[in-house]
Amino acid sequence: MSDILESKKAILAKRKRTNKIALTMSMVAMSIGMFFLLWILSVLFIKGFSSLNLEMFTVDTPAPGSAGGLRNAIVGSFMLVLTCTLISSPLGILAGIFLSEYGAKSRVAAITRFVTDIMLSAPSIVIGLFVYAAMVAQMEHFSGWAGTVALALIAIPVVVRTTENMLQLVPGSLREAAFALGAPKWKVSLMIVLRAAKSGVITGVLLALARVSGETAPLLFTALNNQFFSTNMNTPMANLPVVIFQFAMSPYDNWVSLAWGGALLITLSVLGLNILARVFFREKV
Amino acid sequence: MTTSIKNIERTSRKQHYQDVIFGLISQLSALIVLFVLLGIIVSLVINAWPALKEFGPSFFLNAQWDINREKFGGLISIYGTIVSSLIALIIATPLSFGIALFLTEICPAFLKRPLGVAIELLAAIPSIIYGMFGLFIFAPVFGDYIQPALAASLGKLPYIGILFSGAPNGIGMLCAGIILAMMILPFIASVMRDVFEIVPAVLKESAYGLGCTKWEVARHIILPYTKAGVVGGIMLGLGRALGETMAVTFVIGNAARIMPSLFAPGSSIASTLANQFGEASPGLHFSALFALGLALFIITFVILSLAKLMLIQLEKKQGKKS
Amino acid sequence: MDIKLNAAKDNQSQSENIIRSNNKNALEIRDLDFYYGGFHALKNVSFDVKEKNVTAFIGPSGCGKSTLLRTLNRMYDLYPGQTAKGEINFYGENILNPKQDLNLLRSRIGMVFQKPTPFPMSIYENIAFGVRLYEKLNKRDMDDRVEWALTRAAIWNETKDKLHQSGLSLSGGQQQRLCIARVIANKPSVLLLDEPTSALDPISTGRIEELVDELKQDYTIAIVTHNMQQAARISDYTAYMYLGELVEFGLTNEIFIKPKRQETEDYITGRFG
Repeated sequence: MSDILESKKAILAKRKRTNKIALTMSMVAMSIGMFFLLWILSVLFIKGFSSLNLEMFTVDTPAPGSAGGLRNAIVGSFMLVLTCTLISSPLGILAGIFLSEYGAKSRVAAITRFVTDIMLSAPSIVIGLFVYAAMVAQMEHFSGWAGTVALALIAIPVVVRTTENMLQLVPGSLREAAFALGAPKWKVSLMIVLRAAKSGVITGVLLALARVSGETAPLLFTALNNQFFSTNMNTPMANLPVVIFQFAMSPYDNWVSLAWGGALLITLSVLGLNILARVFFREKV
Repeated sequence: MTTSIKNIERTSRKQHYQDVIFGLISQLSALIVLFVLLGIIVSLVINAWPALKEFGPSFFLNAQWDINREKFGGLISIYGTIVSSLIALIIATPLSFGIALFLTEICPAFLKRPLGVAIELLAAIPSIIYGMFGLFIFAPVFGDYIQPALAASLGKLPYIGILFSGAPNGIGMLCAGIILAMMILPFIASVMRDVFEIVPAVLKESAYGLGCTKWEVARHIILPYTKAGVVGGIMLGLGRALGETMAVTFVIGNAARIMPSLFAPGSSIASTLANQFGEASPGLHFSALFALGLALFIITFVILSLAKLMLIQLEKKQGKKS
Repeated sequence: MDIKLNAAKDNQSQSENIIRSNNKNALEIRDLDFYYGGFHALKNVSFDVKEKNVTAFIGPSGCGKSTLLRTLNRMYDLYPGQTAKGEINFYGENILNPKQDLNLLRSRIGMVFQKPTPFPMSIYENIAFGVRLYEKLNKRDMDDRVEWALTRAAIWNETKDKLHQSGLSLSGGQQQRLCIARVIANKPSVLLLDEPTSALDPISTGRIEELVDELKQDYTIAIVTHNMQQAARISDYTAYMYLGELVEFGLTNEIFIKPKRQETEDYITGRFG
């Protein structure tokens, strides 16, 4: 009898040891993740803040070897992201409404859902290739608009899926109550369901914004870059990500320093948007 | 009464037309996604066609990339893409599993939210930042300390030793793989965390009730229950890694050759596109780049579809259970 | 309510449930069958809903009483796979006719749900939303209409100072009265109430019951309830349903005091259900 107990105890001790090792590994994994996050952020903040100055916002990107700032790239990025939002939000929200309210279980909706999910993770550089072939090659020049479209194609799936998920959370009884008043479906969808899910939908738009603000690859072949200040969306347009890419890979120290400053700006806006989205979502839901 | 009924009927008819129009507009918006997918495939195929016609299907198996003599094969980039992604996956999978397990089962409640958010922030950092970090900060450290250590340990082993040989330059295939791993880590971890959380509490409780340890519950209850979701999450990460451009372009070294050592520089499809597309003149070079893009799109599309199907499978299982 | 009726002698057949009285019929339900896909949820139901009376639908859960109510404004049309056969005549017009304009129908037959469903907008907008669907009123007329509806729903005094606050800021009982006001503002002729007090506390329930009693002066009311005392207190007619069939229909007084069928008596006296 005591033998059995002894052997049980021995087995238990071994099991507990295994458990301890596994749990420790799990904590180590978490620490590695946190370590990298802190490492990246601290480097970014140190390097970024040390290169941050007023000129960065008031002077345009420099020619090789000379000093300058990032004004044209900041304005360009802002315009690209803004126009992208203006295009992708209404389209994405409408598509989300279709999936949630109209398509529901239909085949079209199921296929759209599937494709949207894949486009969420599709390589963004391929989107750039597509927009190059469809717009840049046809118009025979790079342009801000092409950049906008490329970014919008990346943002739309994000908006579609969050919108659909958020609309699904609206209780069916609210829809029924609106229908019971004799409201037509489009009014129920827009004025009741969408309104009830407002904060969630805005969260989706903000997340999409955050996602595209840092996108570089699709802009390489579409908006390209522009050394000079321009607000004409029909011409190539300077933008932070592409400028960072070119400057970081360059041999000039002041360019690399500008790249760090730009990197800090982008990261701050992306993280800011992310946090804003979370605050928005928590407020209501 | 009759006139007001007439009025109402007119309003109702009008609303009916508005309803139809709104339904069409929303459906059209949804179809845009499908059209874009179609457009991507069609435009890639059309533009890749000259190169595919010139070099035939062996384009994808030919390791020659000579811009001056216009001889193009995709193997170098395809090899680089797959190898760097596999390295990323090998590193990121166990780490993600550990993180997901920590967040769902071990973490004290008050840390759950902040740590979860921190991991999601890791996913939000733009890839170009990873690239810069990799090139300027990580690669020097990696080349100075870690690569010599790897060469001295793993490099001495038979067979796999060759993978860890050569000059410790920092940047190269292995460095790209590690930076990629850090990038996809949060994606895999958050999918895993989400699927771990759907395991019914009663199931876990009955295992604990038998005297199972946390690890045993994770290994024998949670993991089997969420198998499809875990694999789906890993493949989602793989899909991301394959298509990642900026982080890889900075640190892979951009050499157009295949070397046995993982320390050596190489190139991936995405990095080749990012580096060469801007300067390519219309012609075979241009078309060959499109062919690479096509290959990348097809590979990621297949991987992501499989990932999605596995996640759907888990969702169905969950639907049945609850 | 002193209604003269000629109760028929034979209580075996469904046609018995059609009671003649001096009141006009708001809704005449004839041979109604209802299917959830393949499931036969209502079986050959026939009876009349009298104008300006309260008709209660009672029966154990799953008996089809809510389903029956939801056929009266064709709410089931929102869900594919649900079908109704037979006739429901609403002042002589068969609303099961596929050509029936549903939005129009629903603006004339209002519905209040089990749980309060205030829209995510202000109290004022909650009322105005429905009114604007079919009427173009100027600001003044709309103000009047909102006040009128809130007064009728006995909630004006509690809301008049916070008309522009969210409807969600009200208590559960107030929200339910807001929903009733919202329906009344559309000036429907029939009100369908689907267990309107099941999510409310006893005091709020009492207020809603009083309200129903008052509203029947002007509206035809059909109410689903699982609370038999409530049916006895507020309804003029009662329909007892079981397993999708209408077991007995008649004056509430008679059904509760002297039911004709054994099953009804068993249910009412609590021996079953």
